[in-house]
Amino acid sequence: MTDIASGPAAPGSQAGPRPEAIKAIPVRHPWRWVSGALVLAFAGDIVYTFATAPDLRWDQVWKWLSGRLILEGIVITLELTVLAMLIGIVLGIVLAVMRLSPSPVMSWVSWLYIWFFRGTPVLVQIFFWFNLNTVLPHIGIGIPGTPLHWQESTNLLISAFTAATLGLGLNEAAYMAEIVRAGIISVEQGQTEAAQALGMNRLQLMRRIVLPQAMRVIIPPTGNETISMLKTTSLASIAAVPELFTRSEQIANFTFLVIELAIVASIWYLAMTTVLTIGQYYVERYFARGAQRELPPTPFQRFRRMLFTFHAPPPPVPDVSVSFPPGRR
Amino acid sequence: MSAGPMVKAEAVHKSFGRLEVLRGIDLEVNPKEVMCMIGPSGSGKSTFLRCINHLEKIDAGRLSVDGELVGYRQRGDKLYELPDREVCQKRSEIGMVFQHFNLFPHMTALENLIEAPIRVKKASRSTAVAYARALLDRVGLADKTNAYPKQLSGGQQQRVAIARALAMDPKLMLFDEPTSALDPELVGEVLDVMRRLAQDGMTMVVVTHEMGFAREVGDTLVFMDGGVIVEAGKPRDVLANPQQERTRSFLSKVL
Ligand SMILES: Nc1ncnc2c1ncn2[C@@H]1O[C@H](COP(=O)(O)OP(=O)(O)OP(=O)(O)O)[C@@H](O)[C@H]1O
Ligand SMILES: [Mg+2]
Repeated sequence: MTDIASGPAAPGSQAGPRPEAIKAIPVRHPWRWVSGALVLAFAGDIVYTFATAPDLRWDQVWKWLSGRLILEGIVITLELTVLAMLIGIVLGIVLAVMRLSPSPVMSWVSWLYIWFFRGTPVLVQIFFWFNLNTVLPHIGIGIPGTPLHWQESTNLLISAFTAATLGLGLNEAAYMAEIVRAGIISVEQGQTEAAQALGMNRLQLMRRIVLPQAMRVIIPPTGNETISMLKTTSLASIAAVPELFTRSEQIANFTFLVIELAIVASIWYLAMTTVLTIGQYYVERYFARGAQRELPPTPFQRFRRMLFTFHAPPPPVPDVSVSFPPGRR
Repeated sequence: MSAGPMVKAEAVHKSFGRLEVLRGIDLEVNPKEVMCMIGPSGSGKSTFLRCINHLEKIDAGRLSVDGELVGYRQRGDKLYELPDREVCQKRSEIGMVFQHFNLFPHMTALENLIEAPIRVKKASRSTAVAYARALLDRVGLADKTNAYPKQLSGGQQQRVAIARALAMDPKLMLFDEPTSALDPELVGEVLDVMRRLAQDGMTMVVVTHEMGFAREVGDTLVFMDGGVIVEAGKPRDVLANPQQERTRSFLSKVL
């Protein structure tokens, strides 16, 4: 009876000595190296062809890259992106909540809006707002039969910039509404019930309980929409809004450096979308709090892990004790 | 508080489409009483609880809480639906605890507790926080104030959920199988909290399969099957000496 307890693996006794860590030779992946080399060779060829193209004026590309006209265009591109996304997100949330409202009037208005704005090209919508003055020289609102009346010339009210912002923003709202709706639906029914049982009304439970949780589902596609919007702002050139693409086209028109300016614009668009992509990670991390025990990796952590996985399965990440969760307020 | 029963149901009927889930429920729960409900799955226990705080509308009969009809107002012989604002107000006086806790995952334990008092009762933040801390202490979770639900065990989550309901100072507490989703070793800590709540004089309606709790804490035990109350009485009598065949066969399966 007394002897048994001295055995090395007696149940209930302390864990035995830790065996030596496994050191195995990782599986080789020769095809990863071959395919990698092929891709590199192909990419190098493309770069070389462009870099040495005799008629391509690289000095002009570098010169215009930081030209004042281009930089001014970038500011307008960013303004358009921010304003259009703001309209899109705010109106999108309103439309999504309306769509899910118990009131059939609300739900139908929202449905009609989405049907119309998703069903017509955004280019046409910008064009429409820009040329509205040709059919409606004045826009006004008022209550018939009362002196309450206000009107303004359409030209003053809707500048080219406003036309582009409206066209892009109102169109975006239709897409955002669907994204937000998917997010709201993804939140468990029990959450709504718990909030209702506490006496919260529909608006309170949407704003405080459902939408914050829906964010996790809403943010990734919204990031994509923002990146997409940044490029779609180039459609504002139809209204001659001097954003990045309009500017680069105008410059190309008097310098005849068509491809060069297209490259300039592309470099800037790429730079801006890259910054947005990185920003998206951090916003996603913020809204993931409470949803996972561990936060998703930062781009840097992902990159590091990717380097490792190129030739072998990832080693166990040494530092998993990410401080969790970030304190609020 | 009026002198009459806290909950009074008279011939309560409820259907979902063509499925009649409640087919005439009559019962009374007096203030400071604990009523336990048992019954097979699908017998309508959850539905009845949800009717009490108007998460479901009843189709026929009368259901009142603290002397006032749930969801309606009677003037003469006509019933008027209550506007949303008043339904919310009524719900805020009734606490509900769910099988799956339904804590708000994006808020800490403390934030879960102060949300409704601040938004619904318009309590000041400092009052709400002070009361919330006292409640967390009372359910034995003073050290988990800033934990998020995912960082808590099931038993701890359910205790936070009870505290969250209590934060509204309810006059009635509804429990829908509060321990059914818990690992066996965590059931006790939740039942302890509920037992103390009963001792402090809270009126409670508890759907549960914990017969020990029902026998010890319950003032009445109701056995439901097929949308009707088959048998009701003192827990000890019903459990030890069921009068109905259906009760007997149900109890023989769960005991
Ligand atoms: N919203 C709903 N729509 C349609 N049918 C429903 C709805 N809610 C409940 N039911 C049905 O009503 C019946 C009673 O459900 P209820 O949840 O009240 O049973 P219960 O006694 O709580 O069962 P359990 O022990 O499984 O929780 C079931 O047949 C269920 O499918
Ligand atoms: Mg149930």
